[in-house]
Order: sequence, then structure tokens, then C-alpha cells
Amino acid sequence: MTQRIVIVGAGSGGTMLANNLVKALREQQRDDVEVVLVGNGEDHLYQPGLLYVALDLELPAHFHRRQRRLLLPGVHLTNIPAARIDRKEQGVQLADGSHLAYDYLVIATGSHPDLDEISGFRQGAYSFYTEPEALRLRDALRDFRQGRILITIGIPHKCPVAPLEFTLLLDDVLRRQERRKEIEILYTYPIARLHSLEPVAQWAQEQFEQRDIHSEIFVNMEEIDANEQVVHTMEGIDYSYDLLVGIPPHKGAAVIRNSPDLGDPDGWVPTDRKTLQMKGDEHIFVLGDATDLPISKAGSTTHYEVAVLLGNLLRALDGSRATQTYNGKAFCFIEADEAQATYITFDYDHPPQPVAASPLLHWFKAAYNETYWLSLRGVL
Amino acid sequence: MAETIHADKTIDARGSYCPGPLMELIKTLKQVPVGTVVEVWSSDAGSKRDIPQWAERAKQELVYIRDEDGYAAIGVRKVK
Ligand SMILES: Cc1cc2nc3c(=O)[nH]c(=O)nc-3n(C[C@H](O)[C@H](O)[C@H](O)COP(=O)(O)OP(=O)(O)OC[C@H]3O[C@@H](n4cnc5c(N)ncnc54)[C@H](O)[C@@H]3O)c2cc1C
Repeated sequence: MTQRIVIVGAGSGGTMLANNLVKALREQQRDDVEVVLVGNGEDHLYQPGLLYVALDLELPAHFHRRQRRLLLPGVHLTNIPAARIDRKEQGVQLADGSHLAYDYLVIATGSHPDLDEISGFRQGAYSFYTEPEALRLRDALRDFRQGRILITIGIPHKCPVAPLEFTLLLDDVLRRQERRKEIEILYTYPIARLHSLEPVAQWAQEQFEQRDIHSEIFVNMEEIDANEQVVHTMEGIDYSYDLLVGIPPHKGAAVIRNSPDLGDPDGWVPTDRKTLQMKGDEHIFVLGDATDLPISKAGSTTHYEVAVLLGNLLRALDGSRATQTYNGKAFCFIEADEAQATYITFDYDHPPQPVAASPLLHWFKAAYNETYWLSLRGVL
Repeated sequence: MAETIHADKTIDARGSYCPGPLMELIKTLKQVPVGTVVEVWSSDAGSKRDIPQWAERAKQELVYIRDEDGYAAIGVRKVK
């Protein structure tokens, strides 16, 4: 009897998994499994590219591809988004009212900036986590000549190094354009240091001192007063700004929040940190940013999870137990400026170690930006 | 004997280097009603210093720090 696997979300994780899955099934010469990928648009966006869009270093089109062309034969793509997931019925209801039954479901619906959680954010802040927002910020930065650019960070957010990279690249761009003298950059961070990862925080501290970037710690936005141009914080200190770049707090996808007994109130799906199965439901796996795991919401963690999830899914199809385990591995490149980069790697049991920035690593990162499309096809 | 305070919600942030235990705690405190005690498990030695520091600044109440096997269990009550 044919079994059906439904993957909801055709982003980094969903696309990579779908391709690797049909490849593995072909190798096993199985034609009794149907793979359905539920997407919600014709195009696939390489999200890290938005950093370069916001700083006017690249145009958005550079980071777009047709979703259909990224898929291997054997993946059935539908572009009608999922409206509701029904665990009891083992089915997904699509936005046109049609119903898709599954034997196994993979939730890969990502994490999404919420511009409304913090009062005044929409009116007072710019951000770069969606394409329209990145373009708005690009245009505002173009015209900005003097005053304070304040960078504030909401929790949780995807790609924990993006705010720091943005800050360093912003400094670099403003210097090249000879605008930096009249502009103060004030970077703030929610916890006791400049970044979650201690080696990255130390490295950032040195970079900031060399480049005259100001910083404050223990800063968590509570409310933004767009008229007065002030950020009020949970810690009771106010910060004024001339241009505010805010990282919006993220939530799980709307479909998770709209489905019964699925996610927590913010839409994250309770996930076993090792097997990547949904807690309490062996027919559901969770991939990438959609999980409630205390790990970085990043393309790299998603990439490492794909191999584990694939192994467990193939075992489930055979009626055996999930034995493959994810060890929390993460790997991040960090842009220092337009010529240098560094990287950091760690997992549940191994804390991150410092690595020096170098021009060579910058080229690796640049190459990575281009090879993303190959990794989606399961080539890398 | 001191009264034992029970957590209403527990977060297992052992092995979490990024975003890390304190960010997990702040994220959770935003979700829960005032009065809730959230307990965070951390294997990062720095948490025993950072979490109380943040709680003081943000005027949340640190209720306990318990040393467990290989990690600390830190309880914070949401007071505002
Ligand atoms: C500015 C920026 C910079 C970044 N930089 C880096 C970096 O340098 N390194 C790194 O590792 N990561 C980086 N990331 C993070 C990375 O892009 C994400 O962590 C990664 O894409 C997560 O993969 P995912 O598959 O879980 O989610 P996504 O790739 O976001 O995919 C989720 C997909 O599900 C879709 N979806 C949601 N709801 C539905 C529905 N109801 N029906 C159908 N589809 C649905 C969404 O539209 C989306 O296409 C960055 C992100 C941003 C925004």
C-alpha cells in the first residue's frame, strides 16, 4: 500500500528534505511512497541575502529562484498553503478547502517576524527580516545623513549572528561612503554580553572598539514611541534614536497557531531534541526553525537536522523505531566586513571555540551564498 | 524547613549555547501570566551570574538556584 509523506513548508529545510527523500527512495527502489511538498509561493528566497539587500549591496532578484526548478523529479509540489493541521485525522487542510491525508507529516514552516508584538514597532522601527522590510530599510538608510542609528533585538529571532553582521557591515558601508563621521552606531543586546556565544561576544567587543561602534547590554524592547523616537525597555532604561533598526521577535507559522494541539502559544512545535519527532506524536517530525528546541534558528542547524530526520523517517516507513540522533550541531559564518569573515561551530556537548577572521573565510562565505542552491538539491 | 517552591513551567536549555538559557527564559516569561514561576535548566556556569543580574535589572524575582547533576535549575517568578 502506498504511504504518503506530507512536508509542509518549502523553505530551506522542506526543500532539502524533499529532494534527499526522493533520492533515498529511488536508491532503495521504492515506489510505494508518495512525497508531497506544500509550499506557498512560486519563488524561493535565500533569506540571508536580505542583509545585503538592506545595505544596498545586492538586488533582491539575485536571491530568488523558481521553487519548482529546485525540486528533483518525484517531489509533488502544491503551492496552495496549509490552513490547518489535524493530528487526530492525520490530515492537512489546504487554503482552498481540499484535504491531504498523511502517513507521516514533516512540519518545516519556519519562524516569522512579528511586527505587532512590541507596541509601536511597525511605526517606529525598520528591519531586514522580510523582503519588503529590507527594501524599506535600504531606502531609509540611503537618505540618512546624521544622528544615531540604534540597533535593538527582539527574542526569539532567527540567525542569531545577523544583527551583529548587519552592524559591522553597516559601519563598513558608511565608512566607504564617507558618511560615518556624522553617524553614531549604537548596538544593543538582550543579555549580559554582545552576543550569546562568548567567543563571538569577545570578538565583537574588539571590533566595536576598533571601529567606534557603541554598545549597551541587557536591553529588551518593551514599547517604542515613534513620535518621541524612544525605545522603552523591560529594564527600565530608555534609548533615543534617529533611525531604529529593530530585530522583531519571531513566532511560529500561523498554521501552527491555528491548529489544535500542535504548538505552544507562540506557535513553536514541541520537539524531541534528539529524534526530531514531535513530542507525543510519532507520525509527525519537525524540522528547522519550527521546533521549540533551544538551539539557533539557522540554515545550518536545519541542514544538519535533515540527515537525522531523513534517517528516522525512512525507518518509520519500515515500521521501525527512530534511532538516529541530532547532537545540536550548528555552524555559522560571520561577516566581519566586506573583505573578512570568521566562523563558529558547536553542539549540545561542545561549546563554541574562537576562530580568527580572515579574507579566505570571507570567500568561503561568499561561495556558500552561491552554493545554497546546490545544497537544496541534496548535492552538498 | 523552608517551603519548597515548585516551578509552573520548566525549560531544558542544557547544551544551549545560542540563543542560550537567559534568552530562553526571557522568551518564556513573555508568554506566561504574572505570578508564574519559570525554571530554566542550564549547563552553562555563567547562567548562575547572568540570570540573577538580568532578573534584578528587569525587576523580576529570582526565587531559587538549585545545583543538580551537571546543571543548575534556576527559578524566576514573573512579577510584572
Ligand atoms: C536576514 C536573515 C539572515 C540570515 N542569515 C543566515 C546565515 O547567515 N546563516 C544561517 O544559517 N541562517 C541564516 N538565516 C536563517 C535561515 O534563513 C533560516 O533559519 C532557515 O531558512 C530555516 O529553514 P526552515 O526550513 O526552518 O524555514 P524557512 O526556510 O523559513 O522555510 C519555511 C517555509 O514555510 C513556509 N510556510 C509557512 N507557513 C506555511 C503554510 N501554512 N503553508 C505552506 N508553507 C508555509 C514559509 O513561507 C517558508 O517558505 C537568516 C535569515 C534571515 C532572515
